[in-house]
Amino acid sequence: MQWETVIGLEIHAQLATKSKIFSGSSTAFGAEPNTQANVVDLGMPGALPVLNAEAVRLAVTFGLAINAVVNRRSIFARKNYFYPDLPKGYQISQMDLPIVARGEILIEQEDGTSQTVGITRAHLEEDAGKSLHEDFHGLTGIDLNRAGTPLLEIVSEPDMRSAKEAVAYAKTIHSLVRYLGMCDGNMQEGSFRVDANVSVRPKGQAEFGTRAEVKNVNSFRFLERAINFEVERQIDVLESGGKVVQETRLYDPDRDETRSMRSKEEAHDYRYFPDPDLLPVVLDEAYIETVHAGLPELPNDKKQRFVKQYALSPYDASFLTAERELADYFENALKVAGCEAKLAANWVMGDLSAALNKAGLEIKQSPVNADMLGGLLNRIADNTLSGKLAKEVFEAMWAGEGGADAIIEKKGLKQITDEGAIAAIVDAVLAQFPEQVAEFRSGKDKVFGFLVGQVMKAAKGKANPAQLNAVLKQRLES
Amino acid sequence: MSNSSTAIHNKTLSELRGMLDDKQISAQELAQHFIQRIRTHDSTLNCFVSVTEDLALLAAQQADEQIAAGQAGLMTGVPLAHKDIFCTKGVKTSCGSRMLDTFIAPYNATVVERLHQAGTVMLGKLNMDEFAMGSTSESSYYGATKNPWDMQAVPGGSSGGSAAAIAAGLTPIATGTDTGGSIRQPAAYCGITGLKPTYGRVSRFGMVAYASSLDQGGPMARSAEDCALLLNVMAGFDARDSTSSEQASEDYSAQLNIDLTGLKIGLPREYFGSGLDAGVAQAIDEAITEFQKLGAEVREVSLPNSELAIPAYYVIAPAEASSNLSRFDGVRFGHRCDAPKDLTDLYERSRAEGFGDEVKRRIMIGTYALSSGYYDAYYLKAQRVRRLIANDFQRVLSEVDVIMGPVTPSVAPNLGESFKDPVAMYLSDIYTVPVNLAGLPAISIPVGFAHNRPVGLQVIGNAFAESKLLNIAHRFQQVTDWHRQIPDAFK
Repeated sequence: MQWETVIGLEIHAQLATKSKIFSGSSTAFGAEPNTQANVVDLGMPGALPVLNAEAVRLAVTFGLAINAVVNRRSIFARKNYFYPDLPKGYQISQMDLPIVARGEILIEQEDGTSQTVGITRAHLEEDAGKSLHEDFHGLTGIDLNRAGTPLLEIVSEPDMRSAKEAVAYAKTIHSLVRYLGMCDGNMQEGSFRVDANVSVRPKGQAEFGTRAEVKNVNSFRFLERAINFEVERQIDVLESGGKVVQETRLYDPDRDETRSMRSKEEAHDYRYFPDPDLLPVVLDEAYIETVHAGLPELPNDKKQRFVKQYALSPYDASFLTAERELADYFENALKVAGCEAKLAANWVMGDLSAALNKAGLEIKQSPVNADMLGGLLNRIADNTLSGKLAKEVFEAMWAGEGGADAIIEKKGLKQITDEGAIAAIVDAVLAQFPEQVAEFRSGKDKVFGFLVGQVMKAAKGKANPAQLNAVLKQRLES
Repeated sequence: MSNSSTAIHNKTLSELRGMLDDKQISAQELAQHFIQRIRTHDSTLNCFVSVTEDLALLAAQQADEQIAAGQAGLMTGVPLAHKDIFCTKGVKTSCGSRMLDTFIAPYNATVVERLHQAGTVMLGKLNMDEFAMGSTSESSYYGATKNPWDMQAVPGGSSGGSAAAIAAGLTPIATGTDTGGSIRQPAAYCGITGLKPTYGRVSRFGMVAYASSLDQGGPMARSAEDCALLLNVMAGFDARDSTSSEQASEDYSAQLNIDLTGLKIGLPREYFGSGLDAGVAQAIDEAITEFQKLGAEVREVSLPNSELAIPAYYVIAPAEASSNLSRFDGVRFGHRCDAPKDLTDLYERSRAEGFGDEVKRRIMIGTYALSSGYYDAYYLKAQRVRRLIANDFQRVLSEVDVIMGPVTPSVAPNLGESFKDPVAMYLSDIYTVPVNLAGLPAISIPVGFAHNRPVGLQVIGNAFAESKLLNIAHRFQQVTDWHRQIPDAFK
């Protein structure tokens, strides 16, 4: 039988606010356990939540960016369950009236195919604390620093049909939330968490199969592997005459498999009801307009603009606009250089990205800033530097030796572009290698490369390669 | 009506203010007087969960310094006690429960902080029904409080410790909270004055939550005039409580003396039906006649959905309580069972041991009402009833200035009777609960006795009409002396 995979994702994006969603405690990652939890976060008797306006603004920003319905009135509800790292015995979330309702987003896969994925809703909620099972000798430690951190839960429609599509969607959302400055996107620290609802059905069947929710996926690679494992598992179950059970499953990256965590029968009755401690969130048009005016250019718009404005290929434009900081870097370098956009794109996507990858750095941490790269591009564009010399200058800039001009000056790397000077070197080399000259003239073209190398060596690598070629050819053929 | 012959513990705040300012008594002597009263009488009454003598004397000393420096405010040096539902930094806040028997809050409730800043002297923390769930103060882990008027009677609840302590002269004023009548009903049973403000008028921050959408702190004192002084400090917007009203609070003492001529009083026929004790009805009638003498006009009105209030309340309040009390899980604070064998055991035994029967009953009712499949039938329906009740009040209060009626259908019952039949106890809240559901202010004032136990009149007003309610109560108290009656044993 032919099977079709159906996937919907629930993404928890931690909002980049300074303080928690319902208290003034800091949200900074990595502090000593329980040092960033005040009476509200601890769920102390009598403590009350007060909504962080910045969390609302970020949620609205997201809603506007995905062309969603931003509800003018939304409600916080309590999701009741007992767990040691859930201090109040309930999580404040949104149920019936989320702040962001139906929206959509365009996703593009690596092979260039694109599609629209529906977003059912996005709602604000608070994170729980952490249970620490190591170092406590059979006991459990509770760290409530994370309790009350603002999250936006982004729920997609079951619109994806393969693990690759799901990854493309997750990456698109990841890029978007970073663009919007609403989430740092750090998957290792849990700032961006993805749960996948996976089911399979016979191809052509309209109804969905029974789904399993796969949790604990903390990288895009694991997301793809977890979904693929889960799809195969479900197909095996169905083909051997079994039934898929609705349940929550944890992905184990070490064994590359998913394992049952709890079944529907064990699922909680969360007893949602409107939180009486919080008023409905009411947004007026003026507020929405203000947030809208503050929206940055969105990834897809920027990509289209790069293609049009800079005559870049869709591939280059996608690469450069994947991150807002990278796109800004490119445009800033280009502004300084005033060179061909393609030259700047090649350097950003080539040498710069390679160096960043090798050093494990983010673009904003690059030792070579956009101004510096622009300076280098200028010297390439005006023929001061050959490609080879430019690489040498780039390496020196990366090592902190200063700007391109200073390095060129200091190292004497200026390219020789004076025709007379090049001709003099060529003549001297030809005089030195009469046998090779004779070979060339008898038709052995291959020796041309040797002669080029000798001239460049004599010029200490600084001769303009195009001019060198032209002069050498002219001398040999005359 | 100042009277220099009354004992210190029976004086009004304005009388005490005069004595403090004239140096007839120091704040320390005043605090010591009340501490002595508590030492003498509280072993029988059981009003106090904690007596904070050292803190009181320290605060009184500071008050004396302020008075000496000419920096005293209206409340500087005034002794008071807090219902043990308000968090007090460094002092046990038990909420009448074994669950919080060892709980010392790391912070002050907004109400406590404001009163502290105003220079009041906290004498201690007052007994109450466990987590404010009850109408008799008998569900307290610390045992029942007794009614100073009759040691066989309950003082009412849940703010029973507050009402009894004032009636017995163990504190001149006290804070209380009212979720379904918990200020007004004990005020009525103990013959004192108690105001439940409009929902949102007094901050709930630091007040241990029972039913968040209904809970409201308020002042309790002998007189409306003293309630006004206390409310002046308690009321006002608090950024730490999202449900706190941003509407500016008033000087509640400023309008006490406005003439009542032409005041339109509505008497809801549903509040004078067959369930009302004849003795209570007579005291209420006489009070209303007094208001007519003061120039008020009386007419009959109808609040047709009143009978739905109790069932709606006993869905909404337990539903919210079941969630609010989830934080008492034995993990971070409060009672924890010995040697839990696993997480479930920790939860089950800590809560089974920490909570009393009435609290457990309401948690179970509320959990059931919110459960999947029952939510629409109970919780949502109760919310619709709540809207109907609020509409009833809104309609009537557009025709009359205030609504008057009894606080309770009968006088204080005997100790030990009420919990034999909890539903009957719930039904005795019939006149107070609708006011909480509508979020309105209401005051309870003493208007006489029936069966030798005090009777309270309830005056209900529009939202934020606290000044008017206090004005009405004060004018009444200027021509009557029910609020000045002292039980013989506590004169």
